[in-house]
Amino acid sequence: MQDMCNVLETCEEKGTIRTQEMNINYGPQHPSTHGVYRAVLTLEGEYITKCVNHLGYLHRGMEKLAESRTYTQFIPYNGRLDYLAGMLCEESYVRAVEKLMGITDQIPERAEYIRVIMSELQRIASHLVFYASIALDMAGFTPWTYGFRERDTILDLIEMTAGNRMMPNYMRIGGVAADLPDEFMPALRKLLDIMPKCIDEYHGILTGNEIFQARTKRVAPLSAEKVLDYGLTGPNARASGVDFDLRRDEPYGIYDRFKFNVPTRQTGDSFDRYIVRMEEIVESVKIIEQAMKDIPEGPIIAKVPKLIKPPVGETYSRIEHSKGHLGFYLVSDGSPKPYRTHIYSPSFVNVAVFEEMAVGLHLQDAVVAFASLDIVLGEIDR
Amino acid sequence: MLNVKIGAQTEVFADNTELSIKVPRLRLVDVMMELRNHPDYKMDFLVDLTSVDYPENLTVIYHLMSMQHRHQLTVKVEISKENPCWVPSVTAVWKAAQVLEREVFDLMGIIFNDHPDLRRILLADDFVGHPLRKDFVLQPDKNTSQDGGV
Repeated sequence: MQDMCNVLETCEEKGTIRTQEMNINYGPQHPSTHGVYRAVLTLEGEYITKCVNHLGYLHRGMEKLAESRTYTQFIPYNGRLDYLAGMLCEESYVRAVEKLMGITDQIPERAEYIRVIMSELQRIASHLVFYASIALDMAGFTPWTYGFRERDTILDLIEMTAGNRMMPNYMRIGGVAADLPDEFMPALRKLLDIMPKCIDEYHGILTGNEIFQARTKRVAPLSAEKVLDYGLTGPNARASGVDFDLRRDEPYGIYDRFKFNVPTRQTGDSFDRYIVRMEEIVESVKIIEQAMKDIPEGPIIAKVPKLIKPPVGETYSRIEHSKGHLGFYLVSDGSPKPYRTHIYSPSFVNVAVFEEMAVGLHLQDAVVAFASLDIVLGEIDR
Repeated sequence: MLNVKIGAQTEVFADNTELSIKVPRLRLVDVMMELRNHPDYKMDFLVDLTSVDYPENLTVIYHLMSMQHRHQLTVKVEISKENPCWVPSVTAVWKAAQVLEREVFDLMGIIFNDHPDLRRILLADDFVGHPLRKDFVLQPDKNTSQDGGV
């Protein structure tokens, strides 16, 4: 042992021993990348000195496909954007088409309430997947089962209404596809009743955990300036103190009728990004409670023509998706098919900051920081 | 809201309550810098950056927003379909433009001058063509589809 130390010391003096730089592929086939994302990381010892994103493994050319389909035919494709929050993607798309047609004020009340309930349920489900996967990335298996437990109840609710768990194809231009079945409200009531206890459980098993805190607090902080510069939106931006939520600040649909808080944090580290999402679950529960109480009877879809031909023009519409602002830019030439459909996907922009964020981190901290950004590849690659 | 400062050659027009301006490409970066830095505008947030292939020209569309004043603006740059078609990059104004410009370059084939790292982002490096151009026609896949597909 002593000999070995001597050898090392002599080598260091001569400068002949150096940490060798190493390039490793992070992904595309690895559970911690949450999909087919690949980054080439340059490591010096355990520290990352450079990170280059490689996207596009899931590119399906959705924007081009939209041009050869009618407006209605493109609705199911949106569930394949963010497959963890299909309802929200569909809602964003149909709202954009409604805005293009100029019928935003004709949506029946009941349809708007159903949209709110469905979207907020989907937001909770999406955040629960985030909760489950950030724990799993730190080898915490039990929180994963907790998160997926309530998520499954939510997916059951979506299934009994839309007929499909993850690709609902439920939103329609002018309303929603089907009314809520009789067993929906009792099942939703049951879920909302256990939710506070479940949230306590989530915090009990993960948030207070010492290892979890050590691995997330003060790791990979983002300043508010950087958030604006990189164009980050959603919980990632709110964790850094950018207090902006489209549901409150540019209310679409009937969101101006509900009372809820917009959780924000200041540091913008991995822990803040986590805690903002956990608090958003509580706020979503509040919104659903109010919507459940006020939901009126009535029609669920407006009278829209069978063949939708929006007037010539263009529109940009965005909603608060569970991962940030999901925007649609539509250009109509008056024909039944869109001239151009552009999808602004929040994860595509959010993941860009990882190139800078990862530099200087330990490899294992970068995995957690990446999970805290909560990206989904279906939406990045489109 | 917009004063004379951002340009003699700038056309301002409003439709459907959405304000938008047309800027010649040579003045784009100046106008964008002014929009971001001037205290009256403070457009510190790039909401979206995209492009459309119209029959007569290519248009690059910038959706801007101010977090402080909470107002929005659409900026358009029209470029003729010469070869190569280019616009100046706005990555110096907002870093968010880096990936969005790469996407437009990849799918629409517009070159962003002074972009620090202009590579394809969604498609493979050896892909030929730019799919969102209207002259890029989708071909049925003979191997997998019996009835012509697409």
